[in-house]
This record gives sequence, structure tokens and C-alpha cells, in this order.
Amino acid sequence: MAIYTKEEAKKILEKALSFSKADACEINLSGSNSGNIRYARNTVSTAGHQSSQSLVVQSSFGKKVGTATIDEFDDASLEKVVRRAEELANLSPENPEFMQPLGPQTYDESITYVEATANTTPEFRAEVASQSIVPAAAKDVTAAGFLNDGARFSAMINSNGLFAYNKSTNVDFTVTMRTNDGTGSGWVTRDYNDISKFNASEASNTAIDKAVMSKGAQAIEPGKYTVILEPAAASDLLRNMFGSFNARSADEGRNFMSAPDGGNKLGQKIVDERVNIWSDPLHPDVPTSTWNGEGMPLKKTPWIENGVVKNLAYSRYWAEQKGVGPMPFPSNAIMAGGDESLEDMIKGTKKGILVTRFWYIRSVDPQTLLYTGLTRDGTFYIENGQIKFPVKNFRFNESPIIMLNNLESLGKQVRVDGNLIPYMKIRDFTFTSLSDAV
Amino acid sequence: MKRRNFVQYAGLGTGAILMPSMLLGNSIPVEMLLEPGMDTVLKKKMADVALNTAKSLGATYADARIGRYLNQYVFTREEKVQNVVNTESFGIGIRVIANGTWGFSSTNDVTEDGIKKATEQAVAIAKANSKIQKEPVVLAPVQSHGEVSWKTPIKKDFKEVPISEKVDLLLSANAAATANGASFVNSALFMVNEQKYFASTDGSYIDQDVHRIWPTFSVTAVDRQAGKFKTREAMSAPMGMGYEYMDGLESEKLSGPEGIKLYRNSYDIVEDATLAAKQAQQKLTAKSVEAGKYDLVLEPNHLGLTIHESVGHPLELDRVLGYEANYAGTSFATLDKWESKNFNYGSDLVNIVADKTQVGSLGAVGYDDEGVKTKKWDLIRNGTLVNYQAIRDQVHMIGQNESHGCCYAQSWEDVQFQRMPNVSLEPGKEKYSLQEMIKDVEKGIYILGRGSYSIDQQRYNFQFGGTLFYEIKNGEIVGMLEDVAYQSNTQEFWNSCAKICDQDDYRMFGSFFDGKGQPSQVSAVSHGSSTTRFNGINVINTGRTI
Repeated sequence: MAIYTKEEAKKILEKALSFSKADACEINLSGSNSGNIRYARNTVSTAGHQSSQSLVVQSSFGKKVGTATIDEFDDASLEKVVRRAEELANLSPENPEFMQPLGPQTYDESITYVEATANTTPEFRAEVASQSIVPAAAKDVTAAGFLNDGARFSAMINSNGLFAYNKSTNVDFTVTMRTNDGTGSGWVTRDYNDISKFNASEASNTAIDKAVMSKGAQAIEPGKYTVILEPAAASDLLRNMFGSFNARSADEGRNFMSAPDGGNKLGQKIVDERVNIWSDPLHPDVPTSTWNGEGMPLKKTPWIENGVVKNLAYSRYWAEQKGVGPMPFPSNAIMAGGDESLEDMIKGTKKGILVTRFWYIRSVDPQTLLYTGLTRDGTFYIENGQIKFPVKNFRFNESPIIMLNNLESLGKQVRVDGNLIPYMKIRDFTFTSLSDAV
Repeated sequence: MKRRNFVQYAGLGTGAILMPSMLLGNSIPVEMLLEPGMDTVLKKKMADVALNTAKSLGATYADARIGRYLNQYVFTREEKVQNVVNTESFGIGIRVIANGTWGFSSTNDVTEDGIKKATEQAVAIAKANSKIQKEPVVLAPVQSHGEVSWKTPIKKDFKEVPISEKVDLLLSANAAATANGASFVNSALFMVNEQKYFASTDGSYIDQDVHRIWPTFSVTAVDRQAGKFKTREAMSAPMGMGYEYMDGLESEKLSGPEGIKLYRNSYDIVEDATLAAKQAQQKLTAKSVEAGKYDLVLEPNHLGLTIHESVGHPLELDRVLGYEANYAGTSFATLDKWESKNFNYGSDLVNIVADKTQVGSLGAVGYDDEGVKTKKWDLIRNGTLVNYQAIRDQVHMIGQNESHGCCYAQSWEDVQFQRMPNVSLEPGKEKYSLQEMIKDVEKGIYILGRGSYSIDQQRYNFQFGGTLFYEIKNGEIVGMLEDVAYQSNTQEFWNSCAKICDQDDYRMFGSFFDGKGQPSQVSAVSHGSSTTRFNGINVINTGRTI
């Protein structure tokens, strides 16, 4: 299917809206094309192509809401889907939390679409796999990887005069390299909007080097260690922390951001003053759409500034209840880094552990944001400023809040899963047991 | 986890029911759920377009899956209906082998032209990839079934039960929880109907109608002054049943200690919500566990997840062989251990079976998603590893020539691959009840419900929590515990299995949204067991102060 232009999308949406007889109507239109290749055992395994499109109509009478969807866009189909949404709204119970559609909004122009990414071919994907497999085989290593690329567009219109449009592209790549003796494993992750920034050979070789370096890991006692977390590792724990930046559940007394006095921790210092985290849909390295699914504009927003909670997300309903402005959830997370290189961070470490990534992170206690999980694909012991030897994987039980209070230093930022996260050195990180897994 | 999940998770408050990342399909009005889909004559014709196109382009094998997936989800909190979602997803997925290499393409354009284009795409992908193929696909032979059909044996089709009845039931459960002291309650009903048609160049045309249901809730008790909150999740199981699971039949209830109610093949959500509210409050003041070694008495609604993680996943042959190395990981249960015929996975009491036929289970179907008739087989017999879970393109790698019939795709849109069948622990052969088991424990913890669970990528080291924990001293329950998690190693853990209750205590638990693969797909799977005792397991205290 086609990735519709702004004008094409608007024409379909306006036509659909013209059929509405409800008190209010909001229509979302989206479509995507994506392709992928998967390989393992140094050969290709599965690969595929997916294509879909849909138009979603939400009609409301008072607080009674109905939703219907269709994937054909001729006039008769558009009228049919609008009538269905209206019929369903009439049959529905009232939703006391329903908010009327937003009025017209102004959005920044997004920078999320790159034509070259949209034009990725099966031959290109096969070549990426080859750039992992050939160098892996040459070093007695086995590659398993996955490349997924796609283009999509989203547009919306409503009966209060709002119109929004965005198109975007993305490419996501991960590869795991395992030494053929089964004792070493390395991994990298890369993601971009622009596929021309992606270097499959560089990424694959980084993972191969790490696999070879991690061969023959030694067991050391679990306990509290200074750790240097690569951005992929840190990002997984921070992502979990962001789940509690929800004003409503904080106000309800049921998340980490709840304050004992009945309010929330907005304005309180919760982590080290060097921690600064914000979101920015126009950041050139991690751009996102400039509006969210209900048409709220997304702007650069501070979440933690000098260790202090600057914002919590307020849904439109909860904001109205609390008499404040709504604050949409962030579409990305950017954490300020420092000047130190990874090499310098290692040099300045007397005794510590370098962690490539974490795996299988699960919440243990939501009150303290305690999480458990394991290190994976490259864990190394540092002594007197040098990597001494690879170590067996650890299980940790740690809270990102405690971790960010135990901050030693910050390194440079790296894009991970659409977010920009720095290397970080943390003292007293809690490892509770050893794993035999490689 | 991808960006969209980041944003989605960010939107969830603690205690909220985790909505699945994939609410598959398009929203439709409820009455459309009852409309008949494409008839089998037309489906056969459309499938043949794909198979013939593939063959004409040089494919040596092709299969087509025409799927219509109808889902209904109801979400409520306290006295409010948050959302009623009806979805339909319809399309075709075409898988081919060309030049010894897989190719796949899917489309929602189920016309002759749309199917031809998608088939061409699948063959083009296979040919492009064949240039780097080193292990040409070898398919185990499969019997041609001709035109056959299969249906989940349901008594009440969820699509025929009015929404108002479902909403009323959830709101009654919420009201019961609130009346008994809950600060908050979220509840949800997930109902799934897969209408799927499979055709392959091996000569099978298989029409199946599969039903699943999962009622669940999360009750939260808050102590504002103490700055504490605790949640208690539902003790229901997701099931391969119709709406009759919600009947709450007395004959399907079991009574545990401390007023606990346990449910077999019928669930009483109002009763469970009432108990949940009381237990969530008890958790606020429960004693913090003293770390150390304990004998654990694990309820089926807890043990199911432990079986899933420590037996189900490590015995997936694709993991063992390295196909999942880049995502879920590999497995400690390597081929040499299986080949030795004496790998001691657990104690002699441990008998674990894989089963795609068990009535009422999430995994039950007549035929898998590559047209293989389903069956039951042993994975662990008397503690020894005896087999894996494998599909048509894998079994030759373990010297077998018959697929186990556990291939699945979450939708027509996604390619099918090896997924976990139901994996269950057989009950003890001697008559032995839960009450007797507790009586025999000197220092232990009785654990119920799903909690935090984490395991490494080769399935050695795990840490599991739970929903409810009761301290056992000298054969008696002496009170509730909190901050409990146990850490163990899979082989050590199953070797510490000391006693299993009998068939009367056997119940199923399961996972409605088990994730695997890249792009990630969900699958539903059940795990049956009776209450089981494990001796001398390491328990840690997870309480922290910030």
C-alpha cells in the first residue's frame, strides 16, 4: 500500500468526517509497510514483508462513545464505518472519563521520515545478514540477528477542527554473536530513522569482538560493585523508572511517585543533582512525531532537572480533575551525558564491573521500584583502571532510584531504542547471585 | 522492548492491569462479531490462488493461512467501564520454500490480485535470501488430511453473551472488592476467537474455530500514612474455554487453608475479588520474610509460570539449536544432554508432558499452523530429559521424522514458527492432599499466584515472586509473609521436588500473552499441575528502604 501524503490523507479524512452526525467525531488514519530478515546459525532463517492500513472512527453522543474501523476508503465504505461508530456509541454505557475532542492545534514539523529507509529492498536485507555472517564465520563465531525496517504514516481529524499528520521511517537492528565453543557471547543494538546512518559491518564486528573477549568467563562473588553501564543496560532500567511518572497513580497513592502526605513527588529531589532527563520530539538524533494519538502537541519537556522531578504526565481527564494543564507522556527520553569516554571511565575505576546489557528485567517491588534481572552478552571485571577478565553473568536486585543516587560519573550519549542515554558509572550496584548462562 | 512499549508502559500506573502490547485487529461493532466470515468454498479457492501462484514461480512448497481473528476485551475500574473493545482482523499469510529457503508475505487484500502479489513477494524474498542460505530447509513428511475441521468444545460462545452481562459481572466483582476494603480495583475480560483456514501444497485444507478466555483483576490496598500499597491479582486461569468458565460452579471449587478458594474449570470472580480485597489489606501488615532456606509448597496457579519458564522454554528445540539466540536466548538443555539418555532434569517424581490436545487448555487445537495433527508426548519421564518441542523443519535435526505439531502464528499477518505446547507436570500417583502436604512441612512457605519472574537466557538461574505467601511452621500456617522471592537453578530446583499432590488437586494455569520471536509474537499456553513441594530453596528478602 501507499504511504499517503498529507494532502491525500486529509482528503480521505475530510470525506469521512463529512458523513458524521454525532455530537463529536474523531478519525485516525494510518498505514505501514515493513520488511524484515532474521538469521541464526550463520544462515538466514525467516524473512517477511507486512503491509496494512486502517481508518478508525470514534463517534460520541455526550459521554457515550463508539469506535469502528475499516481498511477500505471508498465513499461508501467511509460512510458505512461512520454510521457503525454512531450506532455503537448509541448502544454504549456512558464513560464518565470521556473527554471531548481537542480543538485546532499547532504542531512543529517533524523530522522522522527518510525516503531511503522507506525504499529498503530484500536484497539489502540479505546483504546486512551477510555482513554479520561472513566476518563471524571467519572468527569461529556464530551470528544470530534481526533487521526490521519500515515506513508508516498517521493522520487524524476531528469535528472540533483539529488536523494532524506525520510520516516516519525506522530501522532496528540487533545481532548476537556467540563463540563456537559456547563460552563467549556479544551483542549490539542499533536503531535509526535514516538507514544510511546504519553500518552493518561496524555493528557486527563490535559484537564479534565482544564475544571473543568474553570467552572463558570466571566466577566472582556476587555483592555490591561499582558498575559501568553501557547505554543499552542503563536504558532498560530507566525505562522502567519512567512508568511511575504518572500523576494519577501517584496521586492515588500507588506508585513510587506518591508522597506520604497524599500528593505526589513533583518538585522533590529524588536522585543525584547531575541527573537531567528531558524529552524532545525534534532532537535530530532521536526524532519522534510532534503529536500523540489524541492530537496533543508534543514539545521539549524536562522530566528530571538537577535531580528534581519537574513534570509528571497528566491525562486530560486527570488534569481537569486536578485543575492543572494536561501533560502528555514523553515520546522519547534524553538523559544528559558527560565528557568522559568509556576508556577514561574504565581507567578511573579501581574495582568494578562493565555491563553490556541487562536481560529479563521484572518488577520486584513497585513501592521502591526494585527490579531484578541479569547481565548478558559481555560482562567484564575491571581492576586498577583495566579490564582484567570476563566474568560470569550476575543476577541483580536494584532500584533505578538508588542507582541514580549512587551516580559516580556520566559518559557520552548513545541512541538506544529511540532514546538518548549516556554511559554511566554507578557505585554499590547490588548483584545477588551468579548465573551459568552465556 | 521497542519505543512504542516504552510509551505504553509509561502510561501505566502501578497496580493497573498490564494491557497487552498488541490488541490485534481492527475495532468493529459488537454485532459484527456474529457475522459469518468467508465460507470454506471461497477460502479454498483463495488459498489455491496462493498455492498455484507459488508453484508457478518455482516454489517447492507453499502454505496459506486465511485468518479471521475476533477479539473482545472489556476493561473496568471501580464503578466505571473504561473500554469495550471489539476487533476483527482478516487477511492471508503465505509461506513458501524456494531454492531451499523460506519466504513469507501477508496482506489484508484477500482478492485474487492481492494474493498473487503477496505470493510473488514471498517467493522474491525466498530467492533473495537463498544466496546466503547454508542450511536448505528440510521438511518432515506430513499426512495429507484433505478437507477437515476442528472446533474448541465450548458451551457458551462469548460473542453471543451480551456485553451488558459481562460489564455487570466485572462491576459486581469491583463492587465486592471495594465493599471489602479495596482502595482500587481494575478488572478485565479478554476473549479471543481464531477462525483460521490452512491449506498447503501437501494437500490439506483445514478449517478451525478456536476459543480462549481470560478474566483477571488487580486489587490494590493503600495505606497513605505508612506510604505503602499492596496488590493482589486474580487467582483465575486463562483457559481454552467459552464464556462458561465464568459460571463459578461450586463443583469446580477447592478450599485451601486460611479461607482460600481455588478454582479448577470454572471461576467465581466475585468471590475471588472479595477475598482479594481482604488479602491485599492483610499484605500491608504482613511480616517481612527472614531470608534463608525454606521448603516451598507451590500452588498450581503459581507453579504454572515456574514450569513455563524453567521447563517449557528451555525445551523449545529452536532455542536449543540457536535460532532464538538473538532474542529469547538459547538453552542449557543441549542436545548432548538429551542424547546421553540420562540427563537428570529433576527428581524421580518429575514427569512433564507436552500436550496440544488437552481439553480446556489454551494450546488445544486439532491441527497446528502447518497442518500437523496435534498430539501429546513426554518431555521429562521419571526425572530424565527424553524429548523437545519441534516442528516440521526441525525434527530432522534430532533424528526424528515426525513433527510434534506445535507450530503457531499469532495472526495471518505473522509467519508461523515453533511455539510452546501446553507443558504440564503430572500429578502424584499416591493419594495426597494439599492439607496433608502442609502438615508434613516443618519450615516452609506456601506460595500462590503469579508474581515477579525473571530467568536467564539459557534458563539456569531464576528468581520468582508470587501473589500470596503464607509461613508454615511445624505443619501449620502461622501467618502471612511479604517481601518473598526465591532464587534457584533449574536443575537443582527440579531435583529438590519432594512431593506432588494427587489428581484431585490438579488444575491448569497459563499465559495468555507469551512472547517470543522477532518480530515478537504472542501465544497462549496452559500449564497443569497439582500442588508441589520443593525442599530447601533459597528465599531472599526483597524489602528496601529509599
